[in-house]
Amino acid sequence: MNVCELSPSEIRDRLGRGAFRLRVGPFVAQVRTRLSSVARSIGFFYGDYPLEGDSGIADFHVRLAPPIGLRHFYRPQVLFYLDGRSQFEPFPRRLAPPLFEWGLNWCISNRAHQYLIVHSAVVECSGRALLLPADPGSGKSTLTAGLVHRGFRLLSDEHSLIRPEDGRVVPIPRPIALKNESIAVIKGLGPELVFGPTFHDTEKGDVTHLRPFEDSVRRADDTAAPGFVVFPKFVRGGNHRLEPVAKAAAMMELVDNCINYGVLGSAGYRALARLVQESVCLALDFDDLPRALDELSSLLEGRA
Amino acid sequence: MKGHPEDATELVVEALARPRVLLDLSPTRWDELLCRARNTRLLGRLSAELEALGLLDSLPRQAVGQIRAELTAAEENARMVRWEVNRISRALRDVSAPVILLKGAAYVLAGLPPAAGRLCSDIDIMVPKETLAEVESALLRHGYEAAKLDPYDQRYYRTWMHELPPLWHSERQTMVDVHHTILPESGRVRPDPRALIEAARPLRDGLFILAPPDMVLHSAAHLFQDGDLDGGLRDLVDLDLLFRHFGAGPAFWEGLVPRAIELSLARPLYYALRYCQVLLGCPVPVAVQQAVLVAEPSLPVRSFMDALTCRAVTPDGWDGPSFPTSSARFLLYVRSHWLRMPPWLLTRHLARKAMTRAYPAG
Repeated sequence: MNVCELSPSEIRDRLGRGAFRLRVGPFVAQVRTRLSSVARSIGFFYGDYPLEGDSGIADFHVRLAPPIGLRHFYRPQVLFYLDGRSQFEPFPRRLAPPLFEWGLNWCISNRAHQYLIVHSAVVECSGRALLLPADPGSGKSTLTAGLVHRGFRLLSDEHSLIRPEDGRVVPIPRPIALKNESIAVIKGLGPELVFGPTFHDTEKGDVTHLRPFEDSVRRADDTAAPGFVVFPKFVRGGNHRLEPVAKAAAMMELVDNCINYGVLGSAGYRALARLVQESVCLALDFDDLPRALDELSSLLEGRA
Repeated sequence: MKGHPEDATELVVEALARPRVLLDLSPTRWDELLCRARNTRLLGRLSAELEALGLLDSLPRQAVGQIRAELTAAEENARMVRWEVNRISRALRDVSAPVILLKGAAYVLAGLPPAAGRLCSDIDIMVPKETLAEVESALLRHGYEAAKLDPYDQRYYRTWMHELPPLWHSERQTMVDVHHTILPESGRVRPDPRALIEAARPLRDGLFILAPPDMVLHSAAHLFQDGDLDGGLRDLVDLDLLFRHFGAGPAFWEGLVPRAIELSLARPLYYALRYCQVLLGCPVPVAVQQAVLVAEPSLPVRSFMDALTCRAVTPDGWDGPSFPTSSARFLLYVRSHWLRMPPWLLTRHLARKAMTRAYPAG
């Protein structure tokens, strides 16, 4: 059963009871909350996601709830719990919906050591993955949203999960987070893209999320082979550049962008070396988004 | 999930003792087991057992992912411990003091059974008190920094505690606790650290570990004299494994109670043996059970401790600790502070802590 088969009140009810086990890529998150803002947000973004039965194994037991205390009345807050333990300082209650997204990212980064996790967006075409590893602010999500808009399959906006056993990229499609100026840019691409509300004055500035396409979510079990690794950098007013990167340099750059490279030890080294060997590695400096998207599209479609 | 507390403990204990029962476990119980075992820091140990038995391929897929992740994290942790100990022994190579590894670092470096799948957050070492300044300055020269504490906490550590304020290595993101004895100096029970150091066993490179009875007694003292029992099931499991491991060799059991009496640690030993037997089925020889009765508390104290300990070690599920469990932990926490310092110091300390909590900036 998919989330969209439930009515909003059924979603709220199940979330309230913790009888809500959401399959997100290879993971199952049991979600519990009485906050209607989170229930609405989950209903909106995760409509195409499958729900597991009540009697399953969850990777993460997540709960969003207000802290106990008097602040409740004058400055409402929300806490993110994983497995019954609060993980961060309280957030303002109005940010509960994005906190669910950030919290789930945090769960994956801190727990999913069965994969080598690269802090990277990743899209797919004809079975080959294009990784966009980069620090926040380099235009990674903007490019991803643009590529998804052009019909490429979203594997992830945040985490490239590399399976150490066979080097394949495991999808974890989630809503794409867009920040500040890029929100207007991506909204201008066309009406096919569906956005949630924009949250202002967060730690990251203005934040909104883009609803993932049904096709990406439905194909979340289809892994991809390594294809391309492109290190993007948004350079305002700078020279456009798409150039090969030496394998060794690409490897070092990827190490910096790995979330759990050290945790995996030699298996992490082998997985990353294989990814680099099997991928075309490039650096992209861009200011002109359509041009960057054109070039990446040609690359993915094998026309470059 | 709302099951009886003993049921939650039983689930984790049974899984550790007889991992093969997990082949028939329902998904709902698996879900509970993984969460509770993780919360009490025993998922790594369980995962190591399952891997050693070659059972991973027969388990539910959603469990195997988590187990593999935990095994990877535990391997990394052991690697970190070995490397950090290597760095510490390098930093201290010109210090004449013997460096004794405690707890997790000792288990890992000596290859003792509790090491399997264990996650340690920091490295604990012990050195003679007279070399403390020398050891501290050597570590500071080698990139460790004193954790940023306010002057009150600094003074509190240095006057009353059994360890220096934690030392932090920012490049390696590691923490070292340098002890000079095994229980706080302000406490009622003060085992003579010289006796522990004299009996310590050389490991290598100027590193030592405590002698088997002392290692067990330290762990017991940490748990029942000084610690809180939040997640205490892992510490009990460590004790149980050490009892079984050392108990298989000669002379361990005969020497244990006399040594405990010598170090004024017979009471914590009594509790350690009692709860390892009751909760984990530890095979304690009858002669030892009888000998340790010299330290048996009065019936009211015993009933109080039985009720609280069995409650407090209940592994938390995804809905967090139940009210009785958190109450038991709180009472044991109060007890440990009561044992840790005399009433006047406790009053002053708690007043100070309450003030800093109420006015964090001041």
